[in-house]
Amino acid sequence: MKSKRFEVLEQRPVNQDGFVKEWTEVGLIAMDSPNDPKPSIKIENGKIVELDGKRREDFDMLDVFIADYAIKLDNAEKVMKMDSAILARKLVDINVSRKEILDLTLSMTPAKIVEVVSQMNVLEMMMSVTKMRARKIPTNQCHVTNLKDNPIQIAADAAEAAIRGFDEQETTVGIARYAPFNALGILVGAQVGRPGVLTQCAVEEATELKLGMRGLTAYAETVSVYGTEAVFMDGDDTPWSKAFLASCYASRGLKMRFTSGTGSEVQMGYSEGKSMLYLEARCLYVTKGAGVQGTQNGSVSCVGVPAGVPGGIRAILAENLIAMMLDLECASSNDQTFTHSDLRRVARTLMQLVPGTDFICSGYSATPNYDNMFAGSNWDAEDYDDWNIIQRDLKIDGGLIPVTEEEVVKVRNKAARAIQALFRELELPEITDEEVEAATYAHGSKDMPERNVVEDLKATEEMMNRGITGIDVVKALYRAGFEDVAESVFNLLKERIAGDYLHTAAIVDKDFKVISAVNYPNDYAGPQTGYQISDERWAEISNIRNAVSPEDF
Amino acid sequence: MVIDERLLKSVIAEVLQEMNFDNTVDVKGDQFIPEEISNMDIKEIGDAQKGSAPNEVVIGLAAAFGVHQTKTIVGVPHYEVLREVIAGIEEEGMNYRIVKVYRTSDVAFVAHDSAKLSGSGIGIGIQSKGTTVIHQKDLFPLSNLELFSQAPLLDLKAYRDIGRNAARYAKGESPNPVPVKNDQMARPKYQAIAALLHIKETQYVDGNKRPQELNIEFK
Repeated sequence: MKSKRFEVLEQRPVNQDGFVKEWTEVGLIAMDSPNDPKPSIKIENGKIVELDGKRREDFDMLDVFIADYAIKLDNAEKVMKMDSAILARKLVDINVSRKEILDLTLSMTPAKIVEVVSQMNVLEMMMSVTKMRARKIPTNQCHVTNLKDNPIQIAADAAEAAIRGFDEQETTVGIARYAPFNALGILVGAQVGRPGVLTQCAVEEATELKLGMRGLTAYAETVSVYGTEAVFMDGDDTPWSKAFLASCYASRGLKMRFTSGTGSEVQMGYSEGKSMLYLEARCLYVTKGAGVQGTQNGSVSCVGVPAGVPGGIRAILAENLIAMMLDLECASSNDQTFTHSDLRRVARTLMQLVPGTDFICSGYSATPNYDNMFAGSNWDAEDYDDWNIIQRDLKIDGGLIPVTEEEVVKVRNKAARAIQALFRELELPEITDEEVEAATYAHGSKDMPERNVVEDLKATEEMMNRGITGIDVVKALYRAGFEDVAESVFNLLKERIAGDYLHTAAIVDKDFKVISAVNYPNDYAGPQTGYQISDERWAEISNIRNAVSPEDF
Repeated sequence: MVIDERLLKSVIAEVLQEMNFDNTVDVKGDQFIPEEISNMDIKEIGDAQKGSAPNEVVIGLAAAFGVHQTKTIVGVPHYEVLREVIAGIEEEGMNYRIVKVYRTSDVAFVAHDSAKLSGSGIGIGIQSKGTTVIHQKDLFPLSNLELFSQAPLLDLKAYRDIGRNAARYAKGESPNPVPVKNDQMARPKYQAIAALLHIKETQYVDGNKRPQELNIEFK
């Protein structure tokens, strides 16, 4: 006989998920592997000669990079002697300021910082995130992609996402060669929606850099670092080559952050048997050492790995917290599907949504998930109302704004017409009125007419060969009568001359004023301090379209 | 290398046992076809040489393919994967060579190494779990002509289409890319298993071993 209870349970979405038991030797363990090194430091003549139980002569390249660039030596010996449980209590204590914490955490070794966060439960970590997040106001990032790499749909979805509140937007490709069109689509669409939204196109690193230098994107995020030497080498990289790439972006005044996350080393088969969190801490130290303004972390695309082992979701929150303890901007993932269960995906996100992070999702899919070319996000366009209502229920700011159908249709139409005009002016393949109309009302790529892919791909190559830049985009939009959009793209290009948005956690508001951890630092110190939702913002969050008022009856 | 059915069964049993899942892939479902690999005979015949024939596509297999692992993440037997890719290439009137890449298990590099060995400059990289890339020798290693990153979505038709498109690139044509598929639930279901399979592939990586030319016979 089979238990009917178990029959029902087996059908539950959560039981479609893949789970594995811990396998310590290959690093299938979220935190606290017996193979993780014990914290230690020895400094001689201003140089670290021993790091986490390893002597300098035995350092691998990550150890060298971390020891030489990532740890503040002034406090190091003192901090390393302090009890990790006491340090963890300071992180939770509202009477110990963010700055005081940084004086301690910036002098810790990777093993020490992991030991400190390991003392905390998720509630305590959330308290710490509330205090340690770099920027005072939390915000959100989205993905704008589709299965067909249709640039008109990208423009329309980007415009809608912008009025829905996303301050940063990221696209990527199904077919790599489509990248220039996707970059154009998201750039123009986002500026139509809300001037100042930052956009990026996540593709192979050299192409991504080229798109940035051309002014077709405003920032970059997909520069991956890894926690073991072997995985670095597998990608033909070193911490120095990544730091060099980071400096290429900085040299052009372009915002950029690294990306890393628990599970990537084990996913790629080279974990050295260390825990996922310890290896992620090494990534974050490499990021810090390279002088980058921030990180996208929180397992990201490898989330299925930590989510499959015990304590994995806690480890993801812990890695976000470590990024903040290193004073890095933290785009905290919540971006990739890891479960069939709606309950699990909300529970996972509350860890960052309740305390608020620099970018809670990185990103939230601005399309239905079937169009999400990051292989699906934890949140998608079909969840917009759920997200808005969760904000309203808990009185928290998750960065989204309830909008009306009328506003959405209007802004999608304008974005589609702008990209149509831009393509015409730049002599790219025609965008028909039929496509504009479809994009205006579309939910996803199933609602879009087919394009001639071969012709588009030839045109992307030709466009890059012609040397089209952001300035050409500005001029073309202006000529086509979209002066306001042209001005926004132009203002975005000017940001890289000023360079203010290279500061930690920078976003750009609708007047092109930078909001970052420098001019708007998080000063949380307990109830009624730090970021408080204003009356205007609360009215915005409260005012969902499906709420009835007493006067309606 | 001759593998009899008994050995094969014990390998599969061992893999399943090591995976140790509470609830993971449906091993009793339709998709799982416990195929023998004894209908494919793989022999290494020495270091792979750089080809000069402009009408060849090089298929690069990752280290465990067809030997230590025998089917993709959704149970498509490796011999059928290869048979379809080859059929796709031959349909276009092109030739193929098969190599095994040992220095890395990263599919981008497996494909790129294969492209560099290919007389036409076009290579296909295939991991044991099924992930596939079509590459061209002059592209950056982490770029590609076409990438099929979601192995659970690759069926036999997809592999034939991949072979066919690779052959068309080799002929200097610009084929319509094989339609991209996307399943947002592939990760929740398969990622942890993909990690296990990749770890097992990576155990056979040998950084000092040059790509090996393979002679494969289908029975």
